[in-house]
Amino acid sequence: MIYYTDDIIAAQATPVGMGGISIIRISGKGSIDLVDSIFISKSGVKIAQKPTYTMTYGNIVYNNAVIDEVIVSVMRAPNSYTCEDVVEINCHGGIAAVKKIMDIVVLSGARVADAGEFTKRAFLNGRIDITQAEAVIDIINSKTERTVKNALKQLSGGLSDKVKNIRNILIDIVAATDAAIDYPDDEIEEQNYSQIEFNLNKALKDVEELINTAEMGKMLQYGVNVVILGKPNVGKSSLLNLLLKEERAIVTDIPGTTRDTVEEFINIAGIPIKIMDTAGIRDTKDTVEKIGVDKAIKTANDADIILFLIDTSKPLDNDDLKLIDFVNDKKVIVILNKIDLECKANLSLFCNFNTVSMSIKENKGIDSLLNAIENIIIDSSLESDDSVMVSNIRHKNLLLSSKNAIEKALYTTKTHMPEDFVAIDIKEAISFLGDITGESLKDDIINRIFEKFCVGK
Amino acid sequence: MANNYYVADECDIVVVGAGHAGCEAALAGARLGFKTIVFAINLDSIAMMPCNPSIGGSSKGHLVREIDALGGEMGKNIDKTYLQIKTLNTSKGPAVYSLRAQADKNRYKEEMKSVMERTPNLKIKQGEVIKIITENNSVTGVLTSSGAVYKTKTVILSTGTYLKARCLFGETIVQSGPNGLKAASELSQSLIEMGIKLYRFKTGTPARIDKKTVDFSKMTPQYGDENISPFSFEHTADEIKREQIECYLTYTNENTHNIIRKNLHRSPLYSGVIEGTGPRYCPSIEDKVVRFSDKQRHQIFIEPEGENTNELYVQGMSSSLPEDVQIALYRTVEGLENCEFMRTAYAIEYDCIDATQLKLSLEFKNIKGLFGAGQFNGTSGYEEAAAQGLIAGINAAMLIQNKPPVILKRFDAYIGVLIDDIVTKGTKEPYRMMTSRAEYRLLLRQDNADERLTKIGHDIGLISDERYNKFVEKQKTIEEEKQRIRSVIIGAKPEIQEFLKKYNSSPIKSGVRLSELLKRPELNYEILGEIDPSRPIIDSEAANEAAIQIKYEGYIKQQFNQVNEFKKLENKIIPDDIDYSKIRGLRLEAAQKLNDIRPVNIGHAFRISGVSPADISVIMIYIQQTKRLKNTEEE
Repeated sequence: MIYYTDDIIAAQATPVGMGGISIIRISGKGSIDLVDSIFISKSGVKIAQKPTYTMTYGNIVYNNAVIDEVIVSVMRAPNSYTCEDVVEINCHGGIAAVKKIMDIVVLSGARVADAGEFTKRAFLNGRIDITQAEAVIDIINSKTERTVKNALKQLSGGLSDKVKNIRNILIDIVAATDAAIDYPDDEIEEQNYSQIEFNLNKALKDVEELINTAEMGKMLQYGVNVVILGKPNVGKSSLLNLLLKEERAIVTDIPGTTRDTVEEFINIAGIPIKIMDTAGIRDTKDTVEKIGVDKAIKTANDADIILFLIDTSKPLDNDDLKLIDFVNDKKVIVILNKIDLECKANLSLFCNFNTVSMSIKENKGIDSLLNAIENIIIDSSLESDDSVMVSNIRHKNLLLSSKNAIEKALYTTKTHMPEDFVAIDIKEAISFLGDITGESLKDDIINRIFEKFCVGK
Repeated sequence: MANNYYVADECDIVVVGAGHAGCEAALAGARLGFKTIVFAINLDSIAMMPCNPSIGGSSKGHLVREIDALGGEMGKNIDKTYLQIKTLNTSKGPAVYSLRAQADKNRYKEEMKSVMERTPNLKIKQGEVIKIITENNSVTGVLTSSGAVYKTKTVILSTGTYLKARCLFGETIVQSGPNGLKAASELSQSLIEMGIKLYRFKTGTPARIDKKTVDFSKMTPQYGDENISPFSFEHTADEIKREQIECYLTYTNENTHNIIRKNLHRSPLYSGVIEGTGPRYCPSIEDKVVRFSDKQRHQIFIEPEGENTNELYVQGMSSSLPEDVQIALYRTVEGLENCEFMRTAYAIEYDCIDATQLKLSLEFKNIKGLFGAGQFNGTSGYEEAAAQGLIAGINAAMLIQNKPPVILKRFDAYIGVLIDDIVTKGTKEPYRMMTSRAEYRLLLRQDNADERLTKIGHDIGLISDERYNKFVEKQKTIEEEKQRIRSVIIGAKPEIQEFLKKYNSSPIKSGVRLSELLKRPELNYEILGEIDPSRPIIDSEAANEAAIQIKYEGYIKQQFNQVNEFKKLENKIIPDDIDYSKIRGLRLEAAQKLNDIRPVNIGHAFRISGVSPADISVIMIYIQQTKRLKNTEEE
């Protein structure tokens, strides 16, 4: 595990997906130069020339493209939160914009900060009073626990397996070169350069695929699409309002794209959710209403998760049954609404569904619903196609680093440099991948050598 | 135990055991000016090689070079007594070039003993140390089986495989050390009483056979290098050149394997008689046949044990099967059909320690003045032992002088990797050095061991001024040659293009620096001599070094950057009085591990398995907190 204490760290300082403006905080020696390399002020002045505690207006520019219009503030060491040089980028609050800028900041040399790391640095650099030390430890502990938990959940979603597979390919190559190096007398089937090249290309392709999923990572870029579906007057709008009223909710209002579908953004456990209310679905002859219904069905078809509302105070009718058929093969949470009233619906039809009982009117069951949504997102990880999605910037960055190392190893192989150098590059790639899965490099290689090769006298 | 004790002598350093660790420890202590006494159970076993008749090899050759650069003896001794020298891995990159020599075992022993006998301040005694005497957790002396008490300030335990040793083959169990030598049966108990945690390890050795009964015509001879390199930086190739003796290569076959499979039930390893943990990298022939059953043959090297003896070492055939099975299976091998055994193969079990009880200086954490080195610390191999012996000897001398210990870092030397590994992580099997264990192996080359360590050796006092000055001269030559290679411009003349074509190298468009051509994989320093008329005549080692440093500059720089990151954590010192169980927020498992290992800095703490980044943050905050509390109190 790489663990530095005086490099440049960066993180979003405002809650994910909340508010119209987000702040990315960058701290550490060199952070001012880093921002100067990606920021062009309107006046043309570098922020390195600006006095401390000033704000500068301009654009984040990357590869000659303007990414976002921002205001950048500079706080020089030691008079900043962390007592280091700190730059804060105030950018537009959209999830995509923030992520893009974070990506650029990281590609320019910063590392994604760990939980509580700004506060930790503030303390270690003597800014925070000693009585606060214990609180800092609590922050680190609690946040780490959550981060680890989330990370594990994400890793169990298949990313870990994929990364491990790639690591395995690479470890096999190094184990073979190292076995031959450490046991020059033993008969070890020598791998030739074209074999190494073949295997490296395979690893490279796999890493690139993972990186692509990160780039498409719609979960972070566009959020998860959740659609509220149901007959008219079962409580759909009330549910939307209730979700929006939740503390951890509202981001921005985007006007409905049609008369009948309303989009809102909410935030559940840090995951941005686009939530859409649709027109009530029923068999209708009314042309205008039919347009709304068709639209609702189409929206539901594209949804990642459907929240299907049932009014349990009434018996199920034909429209309900049709909808049950419609959602049957989809990711759906059936919301049994109006449990405050007498149940007249035949609930046995839902025994194979993921159900949540609620009384939207009385604000009951909302926590269960949020948990159910969170679980679906995390457990099934909403895999697009069959591939795993990389949604964590740190992971993506590590994948990019390992890709670079594999490319270097390929070059080394193609130019027939001695095997030791090939091994050096591959080991670098392995260690980056290990930082994702939390595995250490050395023991793995040595164990592999003894597993696979009959060496020693 | 004797009933009457007498005080026999008083000294600064007692070394228990005179194997490869003990010899280096004793020599270092005595050479640094301290009265040193070294004990061996039998003086004929000083510097004995009870297993393979060779020194060096992959990463082990590096260790020998490092020992030599620090002022140790092993490199010089093997240069004087080798039968054959070879550089291994020459196609695999300069960092893994490895010197290996076949040794004349008897001459190696004799030579080492003679050097020790001639060393001032060093007394050599035959005797068995049975007890370590301590007062207030500090060493004050040792007691021998003859009732003699030797008062001392420090003790270095380098007991090899002798502690409660027993040798096994088949149903035969002999309570003895290696080669039929007496085991040390009492010292273990004394160590246990001192609270030292012991492990039981196992290793083994093949049979020795009579040269007269071997048919070499059926085997492939293995020769040494024509152009040899010495191990010691003090020697030149010409000085040590001599007629070399060859080894031979042959193979096992299906018949061999069948005999093994049929008799597995008679192996103490498989019947469960052996309790000790054996090394994976030193498998017995029965292990190899069982674990790699699809392999149709295994290599067997026949190596001479010396010039003046008929005994041959059968590398690859270590075994603990019964003697009759051993003889039968050896005789299935081509060329060994009529071989006569002179010594039977055996497995040996012995007591050693859990090395996490040691500090990085190799001193016991809880017993002042007591050091451990070599197989006693759970390692395996002559070179690993010698390296630790040297460091233990140096640090015993440092302790006596109240000076800080000499601790080599992981980026300084293989010795640093070795010691850091065993005291930080411990080992569950005999620990063998491997290049794969070094994360900065491109920097830890055998060619630059002098550059890395001579100054340290000189500062310690084991490298003479004369040798040090020669070393400084060499470094100057290297620098000058590097400068020259970087400044010489090669023009795009037809003869140059012709030259490049000859070596499949792409033509140059305009003039380039010689260093640029040197960096091309298909070219090297020697070849470039053809187009480098201004090349001065310099020491070939220096030229080689300059060439490596330029040719692989990019990679070397990359590893240096990694080292710099590593150093940042190594520089964050942890106070030694810290009580981890009192740190709020530290996980219980981590606190326990940290209390056991007692890391000296944050980087060190990070290498302990079971300590997480969050734990590290908590420790750093705690350290800062205590520091500030102290400051406030002082104000």
